[in-house]
Amino acid sequence: MIHAFSGNAAVAYAMKQINPDVVAVYPITPQTVAMERFADFVADGDVDTELIMADSEHSAMSCCIGASLAGGRVMTSTASAGLALMWEVLFVAASNRCPIIMNVMNRALSAPINIHCDHSDAMGARDSSWIQIHAENVQEAYDNIIQAVRIAEHENVRLPVMTNMDGFTLSHATERMETLEDQQVQKFISEFKAIYPLLDVDNPVTYGPLDLYDYYFEHKRQQVEAMELAYDVIKKVGQEYGKMTGRSFDMLHPFEMEDAEVAVVVLGSTSGTARVAVRAMRQKGIKVGLVKLRVFRPFPKDELREMLKGMKAVAVMDRSDSFGAFGGPVFSEVRSALLGEDVEVVNYIYGLGGRDIRQDQIEQVITDMSTVAKTGKVKSFVTYLGVR
Amino acid sequence: MVSLKKLSEKEELLAPGHRLCAGCGASIIVRQVLLAAETPVVIANATGCLEVATTIYPYTAWRVPWVHSAFENAAATIAGVETMYQLKKRKGEITRDIKFLAFGGDGGTYDIGIQALSGALERGHDILYICYNNGAYMNTGIQRSSATPKGASTTTSPAGRVIPGKKRFPKDLTAIVAAHNIPYCGQTSPSFYNDLTGKVQKALSTEGPTFLNIISPCPRGWRHETDESIAMAEEAVTSCFWPLYEVENGAWRLTGYSKQIAEGKKEKTSVIDWMKKQGRFRHLFTETRKSFLESIQEEVDREWENLKKRCGY
Repeated sequence: MIHAFSGNAAVAYAMKQINPDVVAVYPITPQTVAMERFADFVADGDVDTELIMADSEHSAMSCCIGASLAGGRVMTSTASAGLALMWEVLFVAASNRCPIIMNVMNRALSAPINIHCDHSDAMGARDSSWIQIHAENVQEAYDNIIQAVRIAEHENVRLPVMTNMDGFTLSHATERMETLEDQQVQKFISEFKAIYPLLDVDNPVTYGPLDLYDYYFEHKRQQVEAMELAYDVIKKVGQEYGKMTGRSFDMLHPFEMEDAEVAVVVLGSTSGTARVAVRAMRQKGIKVGLVKLRVFRPFPKDELREMLKGMKAVAVMDRSDSFGAFGGPVFSEVRSALLGEDVEVVNYIYGLGGRDIRQDQIEQVITDMSTVAKTGKVKSFVTYLGVR
Repeated sequence: MVSLKKLSEKEELLAPGHRLCAGCGASIIVRQVLLAAETPVVIANATGCLEVATTIYPYTAWRVPWVHSAFENAAATIAGVETMYQLKKRKGEITRDIKFLAFGGDGGTYDIGIQALSGALERGHDILYICYNNGAYMNTGIQRSSATPKGASTTTSPAGRVIPGKKRFPKDLTAIVAAHNIPYCGQTSPSFYNDLTGKVQKALSTEGPTFLNIISPCPRGWRHETDESIAMAEEAVTSCFWPLYEVENGAWRLTGYSKQIAEGKKEKTSVIDWMKKQGRFRHLFTETRKSFLESIQEEVDREWENLKKRCGY
């Protein structure tokens, strides 16, 4: 079916079609509208879901953990400070292998308080053992949520998934998009399979024991393995989803990379603007390509290296900063993945607190890369784009 | 009334071999609670002594489903479990009755967990939250909490040359909980097993959120012998430092020994005598701190009179 949906409406609609057992949530801009819409579905009996309007995001995620361990499909949604408040229990959810699905409408962190988009919320949670998927547009935001159920619940994975979309840029932008039929969604996600549920009172289990130096390390190692196994699962689910919809998904999505000499790496809604800039600069004779990083965790290091080796220069766009570090978080990882390759990797930090990123700014980045390629010289490894 | 003989015939659901200290009030409370429960239970436990000492991986002392998530979220965690149960019951996927319990210490309940507790109570989950209140952060080495009695020396409210231990009275959490207008809440003590198990059974047979605040002696933090714990819990009640009462659908009612004191059938003992038996108050028994000590007796007396009035005496 074809709709004109905002990101918020698309999230609520995907959740309605998934029909999760329990949703626990707390209002925060810019994801509040999604929860309001979903509350309408609950109030009208369009879903079977038990909805918990929690007293904070910390409690919302704690309710999700309890509900998930009880043995059912659980979802939530948040942004910015809400995700930051959850930080402690994000680790608990992942370490207890709760396949919770959380939509995050990326928003800047305080202070000063700012309600608009950047990725400092998601990047702050990058080490929490949650799978992180980023959407370019409203269609992808919807598609990612449906796929996330399959990824999180896969027996080799059993990790929570965070589906990210840019706050306001996507959450409040109305786009043309296609949805699946309800039955198609149900068939694709299939029945939830509970593993050692708390509600099985005849077979009691203990979750979250004290785990010291004699076992803790092994448990962490198992999480590493789950992340590694998630790699294949994400790819297969993306292909299967493509067969059904015509929209296939992968870890990263290249554009004009076949003969590219320089490249731009970006995630989120800026990918669309970057694609237009790449097209324009190709007409000016610059052999530039684009790599849209769809999955940030697990980080697709091998594919990225394969795709970017041989480039003369690569610009990595970061919509958050890691204060005091050498560049933003995406830059650090891309550069690290290319260690030993003869590629100059430089960083552009942009769009903090929702500052617009324009086509001409990305064209300037591409021009810079072209200069680096020609001269072999980098003027600045970390550049702040569009800051006064 | 629960018969002790009947209780003793039931299977212990907290297995022996856990690493709680000798004389710990928490394990005695948990055993009484689990013996009182007549339906299967699922438990959420806040971080604290009870949690760390009963579940050192790869062992567990719990013969019931049990989950520990974090320090401040036992109420939210059990709310999530209970909500999934309600969903499955509504859909017919589960038919049997299961009860949902949370255990938290006073640190995890009075302090860091009060928001999650308040939220869960307001939302009306069908749960019983039990605070085992030993009056300090005992697990991390006896730091003061908002449940620490006035005058108690703890590692973060130490009795010094100038300051005589904790300066302020604990907050009245049971009254705060009662102000949520939940169907049932109360205070009890492991020294009166009948009062405790009776209240647990009442709470578990009540639909909606219920709460019990249970005094839990800690030989390490209170500084008394390990075989004196139950006597300490008892004297907390007889001195009216820890009155036994319940609030059922808005009606305040003294119970057990406290009711008998109010009705003149039992003698009210001195709080100062109770304090004298505990090393945490040792520094107060000097001539210079006499008035400070007396202010504690006065406050306990005043609170007791207030409670009696609330209960219709």
